[in-house]
Amino acid sequence: MQREAAIREPLILGNKTYHQITEDVCAPVEGKANKYWYIVFSISVMVALWGLGCILYTIGRGIGTWGLNTTVDWAWDITNFVWWVGIGHAGTLISAVLLLFRQKWRMAINRSAEAMTIFAVMMAALFPGIHMGRIWMAYWVFPLPNTFGSLWVNFNSPLLWDVFAISTYFSVSLVFWYIGLIPDFATIRDRAVKPVSKMAYSVLSFGWTGNAKAWIRFEEVSLVLAGLATPLVFSVHSIVSMDFATSVIPGWHTTIFPPYFVAGAIFSGFAMVQTLLLMVRKVLHLESYITIKHSEYMNIVIVITGSMVGVAYLSELFISWYSGVEYEAYAFLNRATGPYWWAYWSMMTCNVITPQLFWFKKVRTSLIVSFILSIFVNIGMWFERFVIIVTSLHRDYIPSSWSMFHPTFVDIGIFLGTIGIFFTLFLLFSRFFPVLALNELKSILKSSGDNYKNQH
Amino acid sequence: MSKAIYALYDDDEIMVDGAKSILSKNLRIKDVYSPFPIHSLENVLGIKWTRLAITAFLYGLTALTLALIGMWFFMIEDWPMNIGGKPNDTLYQNLPAFIPITFEFTVLCAAHGMAITYMIRNRTFPGMAARNPHPRTTDDHFAIEISKDENSGVSEDEIRTILKETNPVEIFEK
Repeated sequence: MQREAAIREPLILGNKTYHQITEDVCAPVEGKANKYWYIVFSISVMVALWGLGCILYTIGRGIGTWGLNTTVDWAWDITNFVWWVGIGHAGTLISAVLLLFRQKWRMAINRSAEAMTIFAVMMAALFPGIHMGRIWMAYWVFPLPNTFGSLWVNFNSPLLWDVFAISTYFSVSLVFWYIGLIPDFATIRDRAVKPVSKMAYSVLSFGWTGNAKAWIRFEEVSLVLAGLATPLVFSVHSIVSMDFATSVIPGWHTTIFPPYFVAGAIFSGFAMVQTLLLMVRKVLHLESYITIKHSEYMNIVIVITGSMVGVAYLSELFISWYSGVEYEAYAFLNRATGPYWWAYWSMMTCNVITPQLFWFKKVRTSLIVSFILSIFVNIGMWFERFVIIVTSLHRDYIPSSWSMFHPTFVDIGIFLGTIGIFFTLFLLFSRFFPVLALNELKSILKSSGDNYKNQH
Repeated sequence: MSKAIYALYDDDEIMVDGAKSILSKNLRIKDVYSPFPIHSLENVLGIKWTRLAITAFLYGLTALTLALIGMWFFMIEDWPMNIGGKPNDTLYQNLPAFIPITFEFTVLCAAHGMAITYMIRNRTFPGMAARNPHPRTTDDHFAIEISKDENSGVSEDEIRTILKETNPVEIFEK
């Protein structure tokens, strides 16, 4: 049995046993939801339906229903796409990178972070789909033997790289998540009393038995999937950034984009994990598992990646001047002082200034402050993408075609709708799925549990 | 199928010690069921390490080859496309632009190929019936399975006596 230094804070608080962990994690699945769950769920569903209505309206009428014009021909659609993909990155980082580094604190948060990843990538994938205009032609992005033309898709294009990156990322994350869920579904199956839930969880648990060889395979598969998913985390957002970086638009055409986007993705993803988990721990009474220490670790990741993003913003500004390219310099001057100055400074405040408060231990161990600051980061990272996309486009080379972007109710509806769909899916997940990785938590109980640490 | 005798434990360390003492008495253990992976167990039971990682490598290698052949065919052989003046005569000249998809496709096939192999080897598919001997082995109990066929030289009473010495919470037959 592995022992851990006494100086390390316990990761499972209270006098827990293996059985108590099962009880605590299965309680939300087996019990009834409280009224807060129903209230939040109803609101989410209503927002989601409004969003779906706007999506159907877009599909029916075309993307002329959006606020796009000939100058700003890419706006909220791609902003939302990049924002959601970025949010998705934290889940894989937690489950894959932290697994490779043997970080035990990931075990209480990986399940819900991965669920968040999957839902966020689903929301992201929606936007390229609907912004094509004719979504029923969406399969044209795949290299299919072409009976409908004589060209293959362009493998030199970052947009096609994105198709492969997002599909790989989504499906691999889904498999990784589900393989971890199988043994936990088996736990719920073996405890289920009602025939309907017994049958449902029997199907979901794929007949898992938990014999010795199965567990060896389980651990090996988790490790190799983590090894495969780690470069995937970095490649996906690098490729997303290349959608912009390989173009010739001043403000987009920068080599700093891949690392800057990856840091930003992890930054925004951890903020969303923080937002969700601080609510989950309270609503589902999981304070013993998602401790203040877990929140502090996440805040440390947020302050570090936030600082990396800050350095990237400043490098961009410096290089735009140092390059001596007039158009490049103007693009950045225009961001900070032009008509979209408010978006630029919202981004700077929320992403660079406020997260620096996490250097203070008092701030990063306060759950209320962490929650508020995580919302700031979510907002700031949306503005970052908006600034990069819209401010680079709205003043192009011909001043007569300069314009502004004004979102229509459809733009706003679809964006809010995706938030609604995301929360609907997450709330259903928290009701019917084990929100903590039961088997992994049990495997660290004796090394990192409060009661076991104090005995030795 | 002939029946097996199970010893149920409520602690992983007691179970691992029990397994050691059972094996030292020349009794063969068929399998062990636990709610989470126990790391010292494979050495005690002498289980060979899985080769799933090798399969992942092979799937990845196949995908890497396929991706390169595919892109060579689409972009160079079948319909050479001149995009922004990028060289399109040979694979190696166009290779830098092919790296992202080659990588993504390799990961895609390695991950899914391995996951499918894992499902087949573990015999876990939707709708399969659970085969664990006791419902609490997915909660907080650990079971050692002794097959009577594998230990035909030992009488059932002797098996039960040996198991009883290892402090199980329950011994049952199924």
